[in-house]
Amino acid sequence: MDDTVLLAIGTRKGLWLATSGDGRKTWDVTGPHHAMTEVYAVAIDTRGPVPRLLAGVTSEHFGPSISTSDDLGLTWQEPDHAPVAFPESTDASLARVWQIAPGPASQPEVVYAGTEPSALFRSTDGGRTYSFVEGLWNHPHRPDWHPGGGGQAVHTVLPHPADDQRVLVAMSTGGVYRTTDGGDSWHPSNTGVRVSFMPDEYPEFGQCVHKVTASLEAPERMYLQNHHGVYRSDNGGDTWESIADGLPTDFGFAMVVHPSKPDVVYSFPIEADARRFPPDGKCRVYRSDDAGKSWTGLHQGLPTTGFWSSVLRDALCVDDAEPTGVYFGSRTGEVFASADEGEHWQRLVEHLPDVLTVRAAVIRA
Amino acid sequence: MRVLVLVPGVLRSVVDGHAKLEVEVADSATLGVTLDVLAAKYPLLDRRLRDERSALRRYVNFYVDGEECRRLAGTDTVLHDGCELQVLPSVAGG
Repeated sequence: MDDTVLLAIGTRKGLWLATSGDGRKTWDVTGPHHAMTEVYAVAIDTRGPVPRLLAGVTSEHFGPSISTSDDLGLTWQEPDHAPVAFPESTDASLARVWQIAPGPASQPEVVYAGTEPSALFRSTDGGRTYSFVEGLWNHPHRPDWHPGGGGQAVHTVLPHPADDQRVLVAMSTGGVYRTTDGGDSWHPSNTGVRVSFMPDEYPEFGQCVHKVTASLEAPERMYLQNHHGVYRSDNGGDTWESIADGLPTDFGFAMVVHPSKPDVVYSFPIEADARRFPPDGKCRVYRSDDAGKSWTGLHQGLPTTGFWSSVLRDALCVDDAEPTGVYFGSRTGEVFASADEGEHWQRLVEHLPDVLTVRAAVIRA
Repeated sequence: MRVLVLVPGVLRSVVDGHAKLEVEVADSATLGVTLDVLAAKYPLLDRRLRDERSALRRYVNFYVDGEECRRLAGTDTVLHDGCELQVLPSVAGG
């Protein structure tokens, strides 16, 4: 019997859930869950005895929250008191949760939340309630972090899979920061990442990093999509080298590494900062099988012309099935899925609101 | 003194289904104090109405006897016995 694969689709106006029990040939789609909320962040946490969905939802009227479901979206729970809230001493308030990241497998109750304004929160109760990580907020660089086009937010949180003291975050702008002491101290990790919008092309920090993705199999191997620039690190973020050659453009937002092959990474290139369209209006995912030395455009089953939509930073993901599934959603409400590592694609759903995030996982029977 | 709070339909699920709530507050209590009292019983309602700094949510309106509080003194608006506080989501979104 095939396991169920669950795909969570966060949009500008709610969350949709797609499930497939036949090897990802057909899908059942439910939604909207949390209708009329922006769902910037969603996670499928399969570490515990029961898979848990976590959704970062923001109502334009009634503010942000994190809601959880332990029955695959049939019912949702949130605590009475705000699960993520800035301490009074910060004089800040939560605008939205941009990222929900389950911690290492050895700590199944630990979950991180990256927020706007740029801050990190840590949960030790499976993502129901969160504590403020003061070390990042108190970083002396913080006054010099400035909002990118989408807002000043920690949009990427990568807990190290084997060392619970190590976490990487990325923000726009600000760049990459890492801790090796559980969040007490943080250090910029942007060596080699170029900026195109400041006189100093290689500052210590201030980069507009759009996404970082790290291999679970080889956690020192990371990939980074910058605001112009695509990079790889082989030393956990100490240094970055360009891997943009072979891509049609070095701009884009989304990037995700294969769950078990550290040399395989996916990107959805966008033409340029000033022209945020897929190159030539062609809907193509690019994959490297050799850690960024070369790239292949994947297009079988995707629109070949006239695709002027784009893919946001969290709207590209992989599942943990065999073979690996790849998914992306567009700002025009389409979601495409591949059940064979990107070789062939099908349109899973269309006419949704703008897709902000997708996450997929196998739900073991 | 007592203040009558009218709860919009979209928020009634977080106040046990009530459309109206009677709040007992000290004489001459402000809107902010009244919301503090309400928060003690209905914390989930409170975070729909105010952020963690107790600032009113931008797109939620609070009509004090028919006048939106931002035209009065905001959360410092002084209420009176029998005052009607109507909470209404404003026009927003797309």
